[in-house]
Amino acid sequence: MATASPLQAATSERDLRLDLFRGLALWLIFLDHIPENIVNWFTIRNYGFSDATEIFIFISGYTAAFVYGRTMRERGLLLSGARILRRAWQIYVAHIFLFTIFMAEIAYVAATFDNPLYAEEMKILDFLKQPDVTIFQALLLKFKPVNMDVLPLYIVLLLLFPPVLFLLLRFPNLALAGSAVVYALAWKLDFNLPAYPNGVWFFNPFAWQLLFVFGAWCALGGAQRLAGFWRSRIVLAVAIAYLVFAFAITLTWHFESLGRFVPTWLAEWMYPIDKTNLDVLRFAHFLALAVVTVRSLPRDWSGLRSPILRPAIRCGQHSLEIFCLGVFLAFAGQFIIAESSGGPLLQTTVSALGIIIMIATANLLSWYKAVEGRSPQSRVRSADADLAGGEA
Amino acid sequence: MRFVIAVLTTIALGSAAAPAEPAPPATECAVPDWLMPDGELARVGQAIKDHRQLDITVVGSGSSALPGPDGARFAYPEQLQQSLREQLRGIEIKVTAHVQHRQTTADMVAGLQKILADDQPALVIWQAGTADALRGVEPEDFRTSLDHGIDAIAATNADVIMMNMQYSPRTESMLGVSAYADVMRWVAEQHGVALFDRFAIMHHWSDEGVFDLYTATKDYAMARHVHECIGRALASLIINAGHLDAGKTESTR
Repeated sequence: MATASPLQAATSERDLRLDLFRGLALWLIFLDHIPENIVNWFTIRNYGFSDATEIFIFISGYTAAFVYGRTMRERGLLLSGARILRRAWQIYVAHIFLFTIFMAEIAYVAATFDNPLYAEEMKILDFLKQPDVTIFQALLLKFKPVNMDVLPLYIVLLLLFPPVLFLLLRFPNLALAGSAVVYALAWKLDFNLPAYPNGVWFFNPFAWQLLFVFGAWCALGGAQRLAGFWRSRIVLAVAIAYLVFAFAITLTWHFESLGRFVPTWLAEWMYPIDKTNLDVLRFAHFLALAVVTVRSLPRDWSGLRSPILRPAIRCGQHSLEIFCLGVFLAFAGQFIIAESSGGPLLQTTVSALGIIIMIATANLLSWYKAVEGRSPQSRVRSADADLAGGEA
Repeated sequence: MRFVIAVLTTIALGSAAAPAEPAPPATECAVPDWLMPDGELARVGQAIKDHRQLDITVVGSGSSALPGPDGARFAYPEQLQQSLREQLRGIEIKVTAHVQHRQTTADMVAGLQKILADDQPALVIWQAGTADALRGVEPEDFRTSLDHGIDAIAATNADVIMMNMQYSPRTESMLGVSAYADVMRWVAEQHGVALFDRFAIMHHWSDEGVFDLYTATKDYAMARHVHECIGRALASLIINAGHLDAGKTESTR
């Protein structure tokens, strides 16, 4: 399984933890995208500041660097750049496909749902009256329906990735520092990409790039350089303390009577915890989770090969397909729940079915790739960058 | 079977004669205490004590009214007025609604000074958020507008109750309101203003099966009931927060 890789030995073998957590993140994103869902209570956003998006973007950065970094070293900037852009194109096509499904759902609701109580809310469907504008804005990634913000973020991050990766391979720390500067400037100067009909992107790419670049930096040897930091007991203690603190704060969101225990100075300093610009508190929460995870799950942990975790790992290995499927299933599930005014039982069933479909599809994709003779086992050094070490 | 027919006929007759239709009993759409904000409406109490009069101004977007020519008559501001008049006998109650369709919070704030000067209310009920979510106003700008509006109202010494958006399960996947709801909660807390959490209350009614908010219906009956219940809930909030014991006001005459 181990291959002769120009990268450091420790990064040459596929880290199944990445696939595992990306798979889990995909499940959580699916669950979170069904607004009326009792199963949502199990997703991590209810227990801390960060959520599955952070995990997804970090791991995406990590695998992008892992895969395209190798190509860039072996074949140069031009070819690796072309592959990254091809990947961005695939994601763009996937996004537009999801947009079409979303339009179909909306058009259906617009044609069937009519309730005078919601005359104002139904105005959201007015954009159907101007398809000439709306569809163009969607193609430009400016018009993004609710919950369809992650892929456009990913596209922009990949479009900018070739030069970033080039820099990361030569001066990794400088590249990371540059990324942090862009993040800080985005906060200071408040810049973001424009959205349609107005406003800005829900995930500010100039802020969220920090997590992506940090993931890439970790993949290219940064994780080893930080090994002392990860293993320090003090760091672990701080991380656990912070996770407990974040958990306590989130409890006050769910039980408003607890809100009075949050001192005003703390609330004024802390709120609002900005998701659009990747609040420092969210970033720190993700780091704390990562520290605890890395400590408690070594990369050679035997459980990673157990059949229990295989479904999540499989999903993580086909992230783009499973992500898109998850968004689609979330639409469909929500639609079913709404059409039948479903209760907790239906919500649980829909959630479980959705995850089962995601697993089945991931297995089908793995099977297909194996049959095609392109599986990592048969041709590890395959020129297809999408496969080595999981998809970027 | 006969019973079913009888029930159906009653329902049919009831909705045909909409204005006279019987209201759901108050307990049916009661709002549990934990969904009601704490807060003090000092100015309201003062106005009643000094002048035996209560002028309320409602500022809101489309969801503060119902569509159609009769819309205003059955919407919650009117229902609130009725409910207060029933409970606070001998007090002159006037609820003036300024419903501004498609107006964002920033637009509303621009016209707020004039409304306050004209109405001179003791209490402003400010419904916001939906229009901003529709137009995709930046939450940060939304927050600034709310801040300005509350300051403007505070300058006239009137009390404020903020009201957030409706719970609308069928449009939830298209219209993201949660960011705006968070901003309102935060602003209310910072200014120490009561927030009437219409979203959570309607959500509660939906969970409890009081209203089926998923139904596709052109019928006004349910919409009217919802507004009636909101009007009543607001009335009891005002009575509690203003310390206007319905019985007491009568006896202090």
